[in-house]
Amino acid sequence: MLELLMRALLGGLGVAAVAGPLGAFVVWRRMAYFGDTLAHSALLGVALGFLLDINLNLAIVVLCVGLALVLVALQKKHIIATDTLLGILAHSSLSLGLVAVSFLDNVRIDLMAYLFGDLLAISQTDLYWIYGGGLLVMALLVAFWRPLLALTVNEELAKVEGYPVEAIRLLLMLLVAVVIAVAMKIVGVLLITSLMIIPAATSRKLSQTPVQMATFAGVIGCLSVCGGLWASYHWDTPTGPSVVVCAALLFLIAYTLPTRKMAS
Amino acid sequence: MSTRLAELKDIGIRFGDRQLLSNINITLHQGEIVTLIGPNGSGKSTLIRTLLDLQQPSSGSVIRHNTLRIGYMPQKLHIDPTLPLTVKHFLGLVRGVNKKDITPTLKKVGIPHLENSQVHVLSGGETQRLLLARALLNRPNLLVLDEPVQGVDVNGQIELYGLIAAIRDELNCGVFMISHDLHLVMAQTDTVVCINQHVCCSGSPQHVKDHPAYRALFGVPGADASLAIYAHQHDHVHDDSGEVVEEGHVHSASCKHHAH
Repeated sequence: MLELLMRALLGGLGVAAVAGPLGAFVVWRRMAYFGDTLAHSALLGVALGFLLDINLNLAIVVLCVGLALVLVALQKKHIIATDTLLGILAHSSLSLGLVAVSFLDNVRIDLMAYLFGDLLAISQTDLYWIYGGGLLVMALLVAFWRPLLALTVNEELAKVEGYPVEAIRLLLMLLVAVVIAVAMKIVGVLLITSLMIIPAATSRKLSQTPVQMATFAGVIGCLSVCGGLWASYHWDTPTGPSVVVCAALLFLIAYTLPTRKMAS
Repeated sequence: MSTRLAELKDIGIRFGDRQLLSNINITLHQGEIVTLIGPNGSGKSTLIRTLLDLQQPSSGSVIRHNTLRIGYMPQKLHIDPTLPLTVKHFLGLVRGVNKKDITPTLKKVGIPHLENSQVHVLSGGETQRLLLARALLNRPNLLVLDEPVQGVDVNGQIELYGLIAAIRDELNCGVFMISHDLHLVMAQTDTVVCINQHVCCSGSPQHVKDHPAYRALFGVPGADASLAIYAHQHDHVHDDSGEVVEEGHVHSASCKHHAH
């Protein structure tokens, strides 16, 4: 039991530590709905993974990246408003995923675990994926911090100053896709974006610089995981939703407690 | 003749079936201040974006000489309020910037005391100076300024134009800027290009001021005295946040477009 909890804790902390800083970018660039769309499509990745008998994490990453590329291509054509486009892709890919899963009668899939996450089902292999993927995302975030931030502040200025804007934008999408793939086990496709957005939003209240905000977001995410796991252990509540509830509570506390002058 | 930095050759831009710009020819030289004026919707910003390679011309070409290094000041700066950012950090984002240059540059544009302020709390004039600092930190030999005095009162505008001219004198760089108001910018400008889809007239400020095409676009003869006091022709609409709504171009009595 203790080993199970330790593994859950390690996995959760690994995901939260990287989802927080990346979540800051998602908040700054207003990509929340984009993250949701990729997350919803992840279930289709799971179904395809089972169907083609390939590694599930790999299938999810490939599908998310593919969808991100399709999105960019469609956005450029201005066929329809971006949020409508995202809505169409999010829900149709989720539904397609659910339909595809129903065809897999020889495999037993715990659908609830994929939709809402199951920290306690984390295996040793999952941990390797989480820490491998997490370290990769972290390393890229640190290495490309300035271009990523310059792009976020003003794309045109960044372009005139010679940053490779298209490549950086793509990099950010890839990072979001990787985080979604590794975070899916923890909080499930329906709740992944919350683990990116809520800690980052909480962190905004405490930060004066972008680096502070990204760092605190990681820390707050880790606190949410600890709290959620503890609650889940005590009251036997589902782990994924417990983590999200905990993150939301921290957000409420940060924004209702009187603080010294708010960073504006 | 001084060094050429960039040339716009026969630039034409078409959005769908709307010809926004046609046959624009402008050459930019080292040490020369060129001011672009024209009514709203005349294609000033689009022309600047073409020079910056942010917009592809439908016809014609942009020649950028080897030495060209642009410092760009966009029309406005919108930074999402969820992004905490100080002036120092904003300027630190310039590609390949030497962090030691930030403080002297802030001094040069007159806002050294704001180094640690959040960018969201700056006034209109302070924001324009911050954007000018960012353009300068790119070590340009051509400054491209899209309405550098936007959101600044008349005294502040005169000061800013003075600052831009002083920077040109110091760096001997070229300046290409958009202005709404010829009278305020006149003293600090070498060449004025008046456009409304095409080049209406160009030359020295005095020459353009007296040119019939300019008068048809901008003024009634003899109104110079009153224009010098209040030259703001409000022929555009603002949205709730005070931003200019480009599409909502309302034609006023004084706004005479050329028939094409």
